[in-house]
Amino acid sequence: MSTEQYLPLVALVALPILGGLLVSLLPKGNPTLPKQVALVISLLTLALGVVVGLAFDPSAADRFQLGASWDWIPAWGVSFALGVDGISLVLILMTAILVPVCILGGWADADATAGSPRGYFAWILVLEGLVLGVFAATDVFLFYVLFEAMLIPMYFLIGRYGGAQRQYAAVKFFLYSLAGGLLMLAALIGLWVVSGDQLGAGTFDYAALVGLDIPVETQKWLFLGFFIAFAIKAPLWPLHTWLPDAASEAPPSSSVLLVGVLDKVGTFGMLRLCLPLFPDASKYFTPVIIVLSIVGIVYGALLAIGQTDLKRLIAYTSISHFGFIALGIFAMTSQGQSGATLYMVNHGFSIAALFLIVGFMATRRGSRMVADFGGVQKVAPVLAGAFLVAGLSSLALPGLSSFVSEFLVLAGTFTRYPVAAVVATLGIVLAALYILLMYQRTMTGPVRPGVEGMPDLRGREVLAIAPVLAIILALGFFPQVALDIINPSVDQTMTAVGSTDPAPVVAEGK
Amino acid sequence: MNPTNYLVLSAILFSIGAAGVLVRRNAIVVFMCVELMLNASNLAFVTFARTNGTLDGQVVAFFVMVVAAAEVVVGLAIIVTIFRTRNSASVDEPNLLRL
Amino acid sequence: MAVITTALSIATEGAPNPGEVVAASGTFTLTALLIAIPLASAALLLLLGRRADRWGHLLGTLAAAASAVLGVVLLVAMMGQPEDARTIGQSLWTWIDVGSFTADVALQLDPLSISFVLLITIVGTLIHVYSIGYMAHDPDRRRFFAYLNLFIAAMLLLVLADNYLLLYVGWEGVGLASYLLIGFWYRKPSAATAAKKAFVVNRVGDVGLSLAIMIMFATMGTFTFSGVNEAIGSVDPDTTTWLGLALLLAACGKSAQFPLQSWLLDAMEGPTPVSALIHAATMVTAGVYLIVRSNAIFDLTETAQLAVVVVGTITLLMGAIIGTAKDDIKKGLAGSTMSQIGYMVLAAGLGPAGYVFAIFHLLTHGMFKAGLFLGAGSVMHGMNDDVNMRHYGALRAVMTITWATFGLGFLAIIGIPPFAGFWSKDEIIKVAFAVHPVAGVAALLGAGVTAFYMTRMMAMTFHGKARWEPDVHPHESPAVMTVPMMVLALGSVFGGLVLLFVGNIEEWLAPVVGFEKAEPGIPVPLLIGLTMAVVVVGAVIGWRQYAMREVPRMAPTQVSWATRAARADLYGDAVNEAVFMRPGQYLTRTLVWTDNKVIDGAVNGTAAGIGGLSARSRRWQSGYVRSYALSMLLGAVVIGAVLALVRFA
Repeated sequence: MSTEQYLPLVALVALPILGGLLVSLLPKGNPTLPKQVALVISLLTLALGVVVGLAFDPSAADRFQLGASWDWIPAWGVSFALGVDGISLVLILMTAILVPVCILGGWADADATAGSPRGYFAWILVLEGLVLGVFAATDVFLFYVLFEAMLIPMYFLIGRYGGAQRQYAAVKFFLYSLAGGLLMLAALIGLWVVSGDQLGAGTFDYAALVGLDIPVETQKWLFLGFFIAFAIKAPLWPLHTWLPDAASEAPPSSSVLLVGVLDKVGTFGMLRLCLPLFPDASKYFTPVIIVLSIVGIVYGALLAIGQTDLKRLIAYTSISHFGFIALGIFAMTSQGQSGATLYMVNHGFSIAALFLIVGFMATRRGSRMVADFGGVQKVAPVLAGAFLVAGLSSLALPGLSSFVSEFLVLAGTFTRYPVAAVVATLGIVLAALYILLMYQRTMTGPVRPGVEGMPDLRGREVLAIAPVLAIILALGFFPQVALDIINPSVDQTMTAVGSTDPAPVVAEGK
Repeated sequence: MNPTNYLVLSAILFSIGAAGVLVRRNAIVVFMCVELMLNASNLAFVTFARTNGTLDGQVVAFFVMVVAAAEVVVGLAIIVTIFRTRNSASVDEPNLLRL
Repeated sequence: MAVITTALSIATEGAPNPGEVVAASGTFTLTALLIAIPLASAALLLLLGRRADRWGHLLGTLAAAASAVLGVVLLVAMMGQPEDARTIGQSLWTWIDVGSFTADVALQLDPLSISFVLLITIVGTLIHVYSIGYMAHDPDRRRFFAYLNLFIAAMLLLVLADNYLLLYVGWEGVGLASYLLIGFWYRKPSAATAAKKAFVVNRVGDVGLSLAIMIMFATMGTFTFSGVNEAIGSVDPDTTTWLGLALLLAACGKSAQFPLQSWLLDAMEGPTPVSALIHAATMVTAGVYLIVRSNAIFDLTETAQLAVVVVGTITLLMGAIIGTAKDDIKKGLAGSTMSQIGYMVLAAGLGPAGYVFAIFHLLTHGMFKAGLFLGAGSVMHGMNDDVNMRHYGALRAVMTITWATFGLGFLAIIGIPPFAGFWSKDEIIKVAFAVHPVAGVAALLGAGVTAFYMTRMMAMTFHGKARWEPDVHPHESPAVMTVPMMVLALGSVFGGLVLLFVGNIEEWLAPVVGFEKAEPGIPVPLLIGLTMAVVVVGAVIGWRQYAMREVPRMAPTQVSWATRAARADLYGDAVNEAVFMRPGQYLTRTLVWTDNKVIDGAVNGTAAGIGGLSARSRRWQSGYVRSYALSMLLGAVVIGAVLALVRFA
C-alpha cells in the first residue's frame, strides 16, 4: 500500500452516503427538491468516478492503485482500505453511470407509494455509496461490513416503495442475503484465524491474505462460506428464488439497482475473493459450479419464456445471464474471466434499459402483465424501439455490447470445457425466444384496449434511456476500451489462481 | 463453630422463600419471599467467609444487600402503581407480559 | 457447347492460390465506406423519425446507389490488380483482444466478396427504387428504407469481414434486418409471428456459427479467414469434420435449408421488395457464401461435404415440390428460392469442382429471382395485394411489361438457353453427375419440377381466363417500379452469358475458392439434351394443366396425399410443432410450476416450519410471573444437579 492517500476514491464512496443524509434532511413538502438534489449528487459522483477512472493506469505493474488506507480496528488487523483494480474500476464506473440514470428514470417511482420521495432518493444514494465501497474495498473485513450494510437500503427500497407483495419480497430478500452473510462471516473469522497462525498476527488485508498458504481442506470450507454468500447474491441456481420476487416487487429504478448493480457484488466477490484466496478449493469445486451455471443458463431462460409478468420475466433472464457470468469466471481462462467482467458491465446496462422501460409501460398501463399489452409499437414507437434495442442487447445480438462478453465467455469456456460451452450456446436460442416472444406479445399485433392512449416516451425518460442505449451500442463496437482496463487485473487473478489459458491444439501439436 | 447448622438454616430459609414465591399470589408477599431468598444466600455467604477466613463472602453479602435495597425501591414502586391502577396486588392478574 | 468446354479448360488450377493479403491503399481504402454509407443513412433515418418522412426514401436510395457506384469503382480497381494481389485487407480497429483471442474490425476485399458486393448493392439499389413506388402509400415508408439500408450495411459487412467473428456480426445483422422487415406490418399478428420465427430458427443456425468459431479458436487460436486457411491443414480430421458440420448448420439456418427451412415460407409476410432482396437475392444465399468461403475446411472433410450435398439435394427437391402446390404466388416463389439455394448448396458440397458454380448460380439467381419477385409485387400491386394466383389469370394484356419481365425471369429460372439460369444450373447438374451421380439425378429431376411449377405460375397469373375478384381493376405499375424490373430482366437474359464469357467467372473466382474441372460419366451434350428434355416435359405438363384447362377459383379439396403434403410444406411445421414447440411449452410450464412449488416451496416451507415452531414454543410464555419463577427454579436445580454430577461422579 502506498503511503500516499488517494482521496478522490474515498470521496467517491463518501459523497453519495453524505448526499443521502443531506437528501433525508431536506424539508418536507417539496417533492421535487429531493429528486433534483439527488440527481446533482449522483452526477457529481459520476464526475468523481471519471476522475478516478482517468487517474487509473491499466499498464501499471501494481494491481491495486489509487489506494487509501487508515487503521480501523488495529487489534484485529482491520483497516479502512480502499483501492481499485481494473475489474472494480469498470464496475464502479457502471454503478456511477447507472445511479443518475435510475434517478432520472425513477423520478416518479416514489410518488404513489406509502413512503416519501425524500426517503427513496436518500436510500438510493446511500446504496450507491455502499456498493461503491464494496467494489473499492481492499480490506476483506471492510468488504464484509459494506456487503452486509448494502442490505439495509435495499430492504427499505423494496419493502417501503414496492408493489403489493413488497413486504414478502423484502423479507425474503433480506433473509436470503442474511443467511449468506452469516456463512461469509464464519468463513471470514476462519480466514482471520488462519492468517493469525501463519503471519503471527491476524489481518484482513487483501494482499496479505492472497499470499497465505492455506491447507486444502480448510480452503474448501472457507471457500464454501464465501461462495454460498456470493451465489445467493448473484444469484446462482438453485439459490435464485428471491430474485424474481424482489425484482418484480421493487420499483423499477430499484430493480435496476438490485439486479444491475447489487447482484454484481456476488459475481465480483467470486472473482475478487473466492478465486485468489482459495485457488485449490476453487479448482476443486469448479465442476460443480460449471454444472450449476449451465443449469442456471438454461433454466432461467426456460422460465423466462413461461412468465406472464414482464418484470418477473426480465428477472429470470438475469438468472440465465448470471449463469453465463459464473461460467466465465470458473472457466479459468482469460477470455472467460474478462468476458465475465465485461458481461457484468453490459448486463447492468441492458437490464437497466429493460427494467426502466417496463417500468414506464407499467406506470402508463397500470399493469405489468404481458397479456395487458399489445400493439404498443403503434401508439408509442420510440418506446417500442428502445425496448427492442434493449431486448436485442439482452439476447446478445452481435454489434451490441452483450455479444462481445457472451462470446468471450463461451469461447473461453470452450477451450477448457467444450461440452459446457455447447450446452450454454443453446441458451442463445432460448434468449431469442424469450425476448422476441415478449416483444411480439406486447408491442406488435392490433392495439389492445387500454393501450390506445398510451403516451410515447417523454423528455425525461428519453434522457434516462438514451445514454444507456448509446453505451450498449458503443461497447458493442469498441469493447476494447473496457477490456484494456480489465485484462491486466484478470491476468493477475489468473496468476493468483495458478491457471493459464489452454494453448490452441494446433500449436501444441507442433 | 459448626458451619453446617448455618448452612442448613440458610437452605431452609431459601426453600421457604422459593416456595413462597411460587405459591403466594400477593405481590407484596412474593416480594418479601424474594427478600428472604436473598438473605438466605447472604447467610450462606457470610458462613463461607467465616469458614474460609476471607472477606470475599462478606463483600458479596454487602453487594447483595445493596442490590436488594435497590430492588425494593423499584419493585415496591411498581407494585404500588399496579395496585393503584388495577386495585389488586395479585401477581396472577397482570399477565400482560404476554402479548 | 464447345465454347463452354474451352471456357472450362482455361481455368483448371486446383487449390486456391489467393496470394498474400495486400494492405489496402489508394482506391481500396474506400472499402469501409461501402458499409458506412448505408449504415449512416439507416441511423439517420431511424433517429430523425417522422422529421425525415418526406425525403427518407430518397436518402435511402441514394445511400444504396452510392454503395453500388463505389462497388463498381472497386471492381474496376481490382481488375487492374495482378491476379495474386487481388486479396485486399483493410484493418480498421482492434475490436476484441483478450489473451490470445484477437478479433479486429477488418475487411477483406477479394474476387469472391466483390462479386457479392456488386450483387447486393446493384440489386439492392434497384429494389430501393422499386420500393419508392411500391411503398408509396405506406405511412411508414421512411422506416422501411431505414431497415433496407440497415440490411445493405449488414449484408456488406457479412461478405467483407476478414474473420468469422465479424462475419457473425453481419450474419446476425442481416437476421435482424430480416426480422424487422418481415414484421414490418407489425399490426398483423401473422407478420409478427413470422418475423419471430425467422429470427429464432436463424438463431438455431447461429449456434452452429458460434460453435464453429469456438472450435477454430480452441484448435487453431485464430478465426481469420487467412489464419484458418493456413492452419486447417494441421487440425485433426475429426475436428475438421465437426467444424464443417457446424458451419453447415449455420448455413442451413440462414439459407433455409433442410431441416431449418420452415421460416422462409412464412417470411413472405414481409413486403414484396423485402422478399425480393432479402429472401431471394442476397441474405438467404449467405449460407452458400459461408460454405464457399470456408472451402479450405470443407476440402479436408469428406463427411461434412457429403452432408452438404445431402442437405442441398433434399432441399432442392423439397422446395420444388412445395412450389408445385402453392396458390400464393409469393410462397410459390419462396419454395422455388429454397430449391434454387438447394442447388447452390449442392454445388458447394461438391468441392473445388462446384464452388465456382455455386457462386455463379447464386449471382444469376439473384438477378432472375429478384426480377420474378418484383414482378409478383407488381402483380399484387395491380390486384389490391391479393396473392392468390387462382384470382389472377389473363393479366398479360393489362400488365404487358410485368408479363415480359416476369417471362424473361421465368425462362431464366427453368434454364432455357441462352438465359442466365441455363448456364449456371446446367453446370451444377453436370458437376453433380461427375461427383455424386445420385445428387445429379435429383438435380435433373428438380429441373423438371422447376419447369413445371414455374410454368404453372406463369400460366395461372398471366394466361388462361381472367378469374379476378369483382372489384379489382388490374393495371400496370408506374415506371419507378417497372424500370428496375426491366433492368433485372436484362440480367435474366444476359447475366449468365456476361458472367461466363465476359467476366470469366471461373478464372475470376479460382484464386479464392479453387477450381477443378470435373467431367461427368456421360457425355456432356447428352446430359444437356437430357436436361432440356426434362425441362420441356415439365413445362408442357404445366402448360397443359394450367393454361389450356380451366383453373378453379377455389383450390380443389379432393386431392392426393402428395398434394396435401406439398400444401402443408411437407409437414415441416407440423414436425417442428410436435417435436419442439409442444414439448417445449410443456417443459416451460412444468418448470414454472417446479420453480414456484418445489424450489421456492422448499424455501417458503423452511420459513413456514420455523414459524410453526415459534408459534408452538410461544405457548410456554404464559405471562404468569409465578410460572416463570418456577421455570427459573427448575433451571437452577437442573444446573445445580449437572454441576454436582460433574463434580462428584
